[in-house]
Amino acid sequence: MSMQEQSLDAAGAPAIEIVQVHKAFGSLHVLKGVSLTVMPGTVTAILGPSGSGKSTLLRMINQLETRTGGEIFIEGELVGYKPLGNGGLRLLDDKEVAAQRSKIGMVFQRFNLFPHMTAVENVMEAPVHVGGVAKREAREQALNELDRVGLADRANYYPAQLSGGQQQRVAIARALAMHPSIMLFDEPTSALDPELVGEVLAVMRQVAKEGITMVVVTHEMGFAREVADQVVFMDQGVVVEHGGSDIIDHPQTERFGAFLKSVL
Amino acid sequence: MPRSDSDGGLDIPNRISARPVRKPGPYIAAVVVVVVALMLLHGMVTNPNFDWPTVWMYLFNENVLSGIGWTLQLTVYAMVLATVLAVILAMMRKSANPVLRGVSWFFIWFFRGTPVYTQLVFWGLLAVLVPRMALGIPFGPEFWSIDTKTLISAGTAAVLGLGLNEAAYLSEIVRAGIEAVDTGQSEAAAALGMRRSLIMRRIVLPQAMRIIVPPTGNETIGMLKTTSLVLAVPFSLELQFATNAIANRIYKPIPLLLVACIWYLVITTVLMMLQSRLEHHFGKGFDARAMGSKGKQPPLPGKTSGEPKDAVDKVNQATMVGLNA
Ligand SMILES: Nc1ncnc2c1ncn2[C@@H]1O[C@H](COP(=O)(O)OP(=O)(O)OP(=O)(O)O)[C@@H](O)[C@H]1O
Ligand SMILES: [Mg+2]
Repeated sequence: MSMQEQSLDAAGAPAIEIVQVHKAFGSLHVLKGVSLTVMPGTVTAILGPSGSGKSTLLRMINQLETRTGGEIFIEGELVGYKPLGNGGLRLLDDKEVAAQRSKIGMVFQRFNLFPHMTAVENVMEAPVHVGGVAKREAREQALNELDRVGLADRANYYPAQLSGGQQQRVAIARALAMHPSIMLFDEPTSALDPELVGEVLAVMRQVAKEGITMVVVTHEMGFAREVADQVVFMDQGVVVEHGGSDIIDHPQTERFGAFLKSVL
Repeated sequence: MPRSDSDGGLDIPNRISARPVRKPGPYIAAVVVVVVALMLLHGMVTNPNFDWPTVWMYLFNENVLSGIGWTLQLTVYAMVLATVLAVILAMMRKSANPVLRGVSWFFIWFFRGTPVYTQLVFWGLLAVLVPRMALGIPFGPEFWSIDTKTLISAGTAAVLGLGLNEAAYLSEIVRAGIEAVDTGQSEAAAALGMRRSLIMRRIVLPQAMRIIVPPTGNETIGMLKTTSLVLAVPFSLELQFATNAIANRIYKPIPLLLVACIWYLVITTVLMMLQSRLEHHFGKGFDARAMGSKGKQPPLPGKTSGEPKDAVDKVNQATMVGLNA
């Protein structure tokens, strides 16, 4: 599905709107005015060399990182702050932050499954304790989610008993169990042995088909080329180039061209 | 367990069955240990100074048994109080609120920094030092007041003294356990929309328990013996006091010390069994062997086998007091 089709849809409002975002860690200026619009149901791939600020940008979207300047809107709602009548801002409290996050699923490079829970318990955890779903119902739904990622037969395994690829698929199922409208992936296949990458990418393709808005930081050019509606290339804290997936084969800037040569 | 090394009923035509390598080391060691143990046992049983008939006579003495009851109660109440306080103190230490952090720091500084024996003396003297306690506005009106003696009996003073002191040590153990849990765990939970308190309760503490339980077992066993210090309060019903009282009456200290030792060992054995069950419970998912990921998983917090801590002086004091009493 192309960008043009999407914006012609009923869509109208973007799923994610990032406006001139800055991030400084102390005196280290990591993001220097990044803007990005993600339309509902599209897949955005973020590419860039190590240290360019990709993870920082992604983590800001669900407030694992605060921003130093700029604005982020999720489905039109300002992230992290509440606008006050007098034009000022107030920080959101714990409960409000949690509510904003529950609309967004996130998948990490190092999986971060809960090691003291089995696969199915990992998937059930948030629906039961955040969503208030009854345990029996949540277990049934969790088994369905595990089935979707092809792991129904591993439901009662602990994470340590699963391969990396299986762990990452459980992590995806765990995020999907909260029925998020947006999924963030931070290098989901970078910690995997090459032969396990394919199974995770296959699951991600399927998620994309289901119309969930996806933002994916990745080094998998094949995946980006095939699945992404929008490709963003970042370097040294700024967006250097962005466009459709065709820019991977026809980079417009020298820096992106050089980067592509180094990874392909 | 879905996966195991055992037979599993699988039909493997060329299943390997090999006998283990025979090593003489274990046999030699076993013989040496058995001989030494027999020598010690022979010495102890035949040595008239140990006076086993007296040991046997007083092993199930009424006062001794009630002393065990009190020792167990003091241990349990003090440890429960200490655990609850320790978790609160550890959370306060990690809080964003500087006042809470300061209070926690001060509590730990004070109760770790002064001898438990002295603290127990003060708890015992509280009714003398502060005869009445009142609720009200400082330097203003009083709403309610009570005699300290009615509020804090010798038993309460003993539990408070032991529990508050222990809480300071335990809270550092709890804090170390919490800090050992990978931050990725909290982040993953937060990303799922879990709130801070829920993350602590469901995700962080259960994993921290693996690290907290072994040294807490140590502390509990230490507490069992530290209870003998409560004669500082003075509280005079627990096991060590009971056996000492009998020893002083019949002029036979050695057999009565043996009686106390036997019972402390019995209780310690039970506590160690409880500890290993707890370790098994909180080790779920961690005992499972990783496979197929070639070490690329997030690191699991390491298992500690109990930290040494500066309780040596506590124990020494306990023995000295026991002998002198
Ligand atoms: N918590 C932090 N404190 C200080 N500096 C940080 C912190 N997190 C990230 N940085 C710095 O910010 C910069 C951008 O980091 P970021 O993790 O966003 O890069 P990245 O593009 O995701 O790189 P990679 O491809 O290696 O994951 C780096 O220079 C990093 O050292
Ligand atoms: Mg990164």
